[in-house]
Amino acid sequence: MSFIYIDNIAGTKPDVRVVEKMLPFISEEYGNPSAHFYPLGRRSYVAVEEARKQVAALVNANADDTIVFTSNGTESNNLAVKGILAVLKDKKHMIVSEIEHASIHNLLAKKVSEGYTYTVLKVDTDGKINLEDLKSAIRSDTALVAISHANPEIGVIQDIESIGKICEEKGIYLHVDAIASAGVLDIDVNKIKASTLTIASQNIYGPRGAAALYIRNGVKLKSLLDGGHQEGGYRSGSENVAAIVGFGEACKIAKEEMKIYVPNMQELRDKLIAGLRESFDFLHFTGSLEDRLPYHVSFWVEYIEGESLLMSYTQNGIYAASGSACSSNILAEDEEDLIASHVLTAVGVPTDICAGSMTMTLSKYNTQADIDHILEVTPKIVNRLCEMSPAYNK
Amino acid sequence: MATNNMGPYSDEVMDHFTNPRNMGEIENPSAVGEVGNPSCGDMMKLFLKISDEGVIEEATFKTFGCGAAIASSSMTTELLRGTHLEDALRLTNQNIVDKLGGLPPAKIHCSVMAEEAVEMALKDYYKKIGKEESLVDDLKAEIKRERGE
Repeated sequence: MSFIYIDNIAGTKPDVRVVEKMLPFISEEYGNPSAHFYPLGRRSYVAVEEARKQVAALVNANADDTIVFTSNGTESNNLAVKGILAVLKDKKHMIVSEIEHASIHNLLAKKVSEGYTYTVLKVDTDGKINLEDLKSAIRSDTALVAISHANPEIGVIQDIESIGKICEEKGIYLHVDAIASAGVLDIDVNKIKASTLTIASQNIYGPRGAAALYIRNGVKLKSLLDGGHQEGGYRSGSENVAAIVGFGEACKIAKEEMKIYVPNMQELRDKLIAGLRESFDFLHFTGSLEDRLPYHVSFWVEYIEGESLLMSYTQNGIYAASGSACSSNILAEDEEDLIASHVLTAVGVPTDICAGSMTMTLSKYNTQADIDHILEVTPKIVNRLCEMSPAYNK
Repeated sequence: MATNNMGPYSDEVMDHFTNPRNMGEIENPSAVGEVGNPSCGDMMKLFLKISDEGVIEEATFKTFGCGAAIASSSMTTELLRGTHLEDALRLTNQNIVDKLGGLPPAKIHCSVMAEEAVEMALKDYYKKIGKEESLVDDLKAEIKRERGE
C-alpha cells in the first residue's frame, strides 16, 4: 500500500546516499576501529573519524571540542546531564523547561532520590520559556540548565542564543537537545554557547543507532559506562561503525543541502497550516506559529479523540502521530499508563482535548500532492468522527 | 492478542472502527445510557428502542473515544439487538472483548464502559416505565451470583 509519511520527528527515511555509504560497513568492511594494526581495522577507524568531522561541521564545533558518538538521543542526553552532575559533585540543582523530553524529565525525577533538586521553567501558551524566569531560577548551587532548541511535539523554537548568553554570564553549563532542529536550522555551538549538545542521526536522514554528544572544550563529564578507551573514554564499547558512517554522511548532506530543501519544506508546511485553518473553526494549532520548526504542524480538534483521528489518517494512508493519552502507550498493561502528553498540558491544552491532538512533521521527501491529499481527507475524517461524537452538537 | 503487522488492534476491532454498526441516535428512544465524559478520555451514549415485551428492537451509539471505545460500542449494539432486556444484562465486557477478537490490556476499560452503558440505559428505561432503578442492580447481582462471581 502506498502511503504518505508525515511522522518524520519519529525518524526520517535515510537518504539513499547515506545507505550506499553504510553498506560496505555491514559487510566486507567489518574491521573494529580499535584494531589499528591492519588495514581492515584502520579503514573503520578512519571512517569513524571522518564521520566525527562531518558531525562537528554540522554544528560548527571547534577543533578542540569533542564529538562523542552514542547510540541515540536519549543516551546523549543522559551522558551530558548525568556526566556533568557526576563531576560537579557539590552542585545539586538543575533547571529545565516543562516541555523537555522524557530522557531529561525522567532522569531528573530519579536524581531527586540522590539529593538533587530541580526547577521546572513554565512555558507560555506558545511553548516558550521566559528568560527572566530562567535568570531568577539560577542559584549558587545550580549545576546546569537543560533546554531543547526546538520541541518535537509542538514545534516551538526557543531563543536558545539568549539562553546560552544567560548561562555563560552566570557561569553555568547549558545542555541543549538539538535533535528536532538539526539539519533544518543552522546550529552553531559558538553562538548558542552550549556546553553540551545532542543531535541524532535518525532525524536528519541518517540511520537509527547513532547519535552524538557535542562537548565544549573544557567541559568535564564522566562516562556512563565502565569499559574500554573508545570515544576518548566517554563512551566505552565497540562503535556501531555502519550507523556512524551513515550519520556522518547525513550530516554532510544536511550541511550542503539544507538551504535547498528547508525553504521547500516550509512552503509545503505553510500550505498545510493554511488549508487546515480554513477547514474548521474548531481546529486549533499548538506551539508558536512564528518561532516554529519549518517542517512542523501540530494541532488539536475539539469533540474528537486523538487515537481515532490517528487511526483514521492511517486508514487513509497518512502516517502521522498523536499526543493523545489513548495512543500514548498502546502496549501498556494498564490503562493507568495511558497518559496525555505533558507538552500539550504545559501549553494549556486541557487533558480531554489533548486527546484530539495530531503532530504532522514533513521531510524533504514530501510533495505538494501529499499536502493536497491530507487536506482533502482531513474534512472527511473530522466530519465522520464528529458525527460519531456525543460531545459534538453543532 | 496476536501480534500483527498492521497495528495494535484485531481485524474485528478495525472492522468495527472503520464501519461502525448502528452509529447515531434513535428518535424518541425508550432508554439512553450515558457513561464517561470527554475529560476522562472517553464517553459513550447508548440509545435503545425497547418493545412492550421488553425486547431490544434497536440499539445505537455515539462515542467520543479511541478505536477500542468505538469498536466496543459498535459491537455492543450488535449484541444487544433482538435480546430481551433482562438478557441484555448478562452481557459482560469479556463477551465484547471476545467478540472483538481481543483488546490490548490497557484498552479493556473501553469494553467495561460499554457494559456500564447497558446498565445505565436499562436503569433509564426502568425509571421511565415507573420501576425502581435499583432493580437493575439487583438483577445484575443475581446474574453475578449465578456465575459464582
